[in-house]
Amino acid sequence: MAAQMLGAEMVIKALVDQGVEVVFGYPGGAVLPIYDALFKQNRLKHVLVRHEQGAVHAAEGYARSTGKVGAVLVTSGPGATNAVTGLTDALMDSVPIVCLTGQVPTHLIGNDAFQEADTTGITRPCTKHNYLVKDVNVLARTMHEAFYVARSGRPGPVVVDLPKDILMATGVYQEPDDRAQRRYQPQTKPDPKRIEEAAELIMHAKKPLFYGGGGLINSGPKACKLFGELVALTGFPCTLTLMGLGALPASDPRYLGLVGMHGTYESNLAMHDCDLMINIGARFDDRVTGRVGAFSPGSKKIHVDIDASSINKNIRVDVPVVGDAGAVLEALLARLKAKRFKQDKAHLARWWKEIDGWKAKQSLRYAKSDKIIKPQYAIERLYALTRGRKEVFITTEVGQHQMWAAQLFRFEKPMHWMTSGGLGTMGYGLPAAVGVQIAHPDALVIDIAGEASILMNIQEMSTIAQYRLPVKAFIVNNQYMGMVRQWQELLHGGRYSESYTAALPDFVKLADAFGAKGLRATRPDEVDDVIKAMLDHDGAVIADIAVDPTENCFPMIPSGAAHNEILLGPADKAATPVSEEGMVLV
Amino acid sequence: MAQSSRSKPAKKSAAAPPDAGIQRATVAILVDNEPGVLARVVGLFSGRGYNIESLTVAKVNDRDNLSRITIVTSGTQMIIEQIKAQLSRLVPVHTVRDLTAEGPHVSRELALIKVAARGDKRIESLRLADIFRARVVDSTIESFVFEITGSTEKLDSFINLMEPLGLVDVSRTGIVAISRGAEKF
Repeated sequence: MAAQMLGAEMVIKALVDQGVEVVFGYPGGAVLPIYDALFKQNRLKHVLVRHEQGAVHAAEGYARSTGKVGAVLVTSGPGATNAVTGLTDALMDSVPIVCLTGQVPTHLIGNDAFQEADTTGITRPCTKHNYLVKDVNVLARTMHEAFYVARSGRPGPVVVDLPKDILMATGVYQEPDDRAQRRYQPQTKPDPKRIEEAAELIMHAKKPLFYGGGGLINSGPKACKLFGELVALTGFPCTLTLMGLGALPASDPRYLGLVGMHGTYESNLAMHDCDLMINIGARFDDRVTGRVGAFSPGSKKIHVDIDASSINKNIRVDVPVVGDAGAVLEALLARLKAKRFKQDKAHLARWWKEIDGWKAKQSLRYAKSDKIIKPQYAIERLYALTRGRKEVFITTEVGQHQMWAAQLFRFEKPMHWMTSGGLGTMGYGLPAAVGVQIAHPDALVIDIAGEASILMNIQEMSTIAQYRLPVKAFIVNNQYMGMVRQWQELLHGGRYSESYTAALPDFVKLADAFGAKGLRATRPDEVDDVIKAMLDHDGAVIADIAVDPTENCFPMIPSGAAHNEILLGPADKAATPVSEEGMVLV
Repeated sequence: MAQSSRSKPAKKSAAAPPDAGIQRATVAILVDNEPGVLARVVGLFSGRGYNIESLTVAKVNDRDNLSRITIVTSGTQMIIEQIKAQLSRLVPVHTVRDLTAEGPHVSRELALIKVAARGDKRIESLRLADIFRARVVDSTIESFVFEITGSTEKLDSFINLMEPLGLVDVSRTGIVAISRGAEKF
């Protein structure tokens, strides 16, 4: 006889059975039964955030740094609507999340009851899937399916909407069983025919390029290791997307750095000029392709993706390979070895020589100063002074600081870099750092932040205080919404409409108010001391680094431009005005 | 109401010549018959800017509780491939078939057409109905309701003929389709 229990107890049991250790949440009327069940047990830890958006971002940080599904628990109405940005962020960046939302009792649904929202309606386009549970006897099965869907195939967020009467009803609990999942069977094993076609192209490429993305990270450390093996076997150059950083160690000599709008010159030019592009787990995002019509005109393209809908969406490819990155890499390596792959040393050397010519431009170079702190300098020093540490996790907010961090912080391992790529959510970094630190209590977790972004979820400092998390917020403070300012400078005649933040808080005092340590650097010679003091402090820190407010992020492919129209620095910008088509692009 | 029937052929002729790469596809989708599934499919089309020219849905399998959705859509080859891939990744979607691409298929539509007329026009409408094999399913002294089944084009031309004879209202099901031969789908 299966166990009878309350719906709320089933929720807890299902979470535990699904291997959840921590749930990020915020209570409210509709989820009180779950919080009551939570109170009566000690297997599941709850982290109380200060805003539901923070709960989802924290769960994202947790998920991306552990490879597990992040769990969120919020109440009905505003609890659910506040979670929407986080859910959309997780959808865009393929982060596995299960978000439980409270709902008014079933008999009140549709009555505009207090704190009622059409949660499944609102979250339908911003989740991978969602459920409204209307029968306590299917609650457990629904929970298990939610976890299965969140982590299978291309991962994503799943919402389970739980009416209060269901939580208080008694029913039968069903144990998890993935074999019982009859629907949603994503393809993970690649078609051998496609592998052969891909291998054949790789055998004969003269100017090849690997283009790795977040799919490698999502597939896991094993896939990243296989990716490294493939790169080593072929000797091909490799570039990574914002979501893929860490998939290949940055110290690998074949690594060309970040690709895309603010990627390195060598990455973008190699992409433009290659004759074979091997995309593994990236999605030809517009931040990477620039003008689609001028994207890598002379190349054959192999696209490996677990999501068939990513293939041929933006860019027509020659060899589509649907499957899990790890499984594909394994098959591809085996096929290449069976075909006795040998590096075409002569062509490869010529290709590398071309690439080295682009590298010589030193596209990440910036004008150093001993009077004012350059934001790039601050991040370079942060990287230099944390290099020896064993585990360093970096989260970011969104904007210039994010791009500089992506350019200058070098990742040797996957799953140590959490950033909001697809959605570009300001306010992501601090709550994400909460989630990472909860998952890795002894690691160094730094939110490389902008002063504008961090204010969007600054309330999470209170969460950091409550759980004594030693999160370091490293604010690259230029007093502007820097990326907005940069675009206004380049596209709108320097009319800085509303991008300057007057009345910023005193971040040192703000740190103090939240029981954290506040530090400030205003001159270049203070940067090292502040970073060292930040690292030495065993609690939370806000380091406010006052940087050059006018510094722009280069290189930059202006919107609507091709890769070979990349701007290297301020001197380049006057020469190429942005096209009219480019102006309408984001 | 009669306007909708008039606007339909007009839309078609406008779409055909300028967009050479645009093609029409009839897609059959087998889905779990559960709340929200139609909203997912329709939301996908509106959210990603795809066209729906016709949509029908009904439960077709009691044992497994499955519904069949038939959508007629249009777009470039790349868009139609996208539509199929996007539909396939919805959790309650079991099968997506492009009937247009996969070989010959039969597609039919049913319409109920109300015509109000007296005298010669009434007789003429009945005569035309006979030619089109439309059945009278309701009749008063001054009106008929015709039931007609066939291709979209056949229904269009019948409706056009009824227009001057006293067309009052049209209700159409949209297209249902199935492949020819012994194969499933």
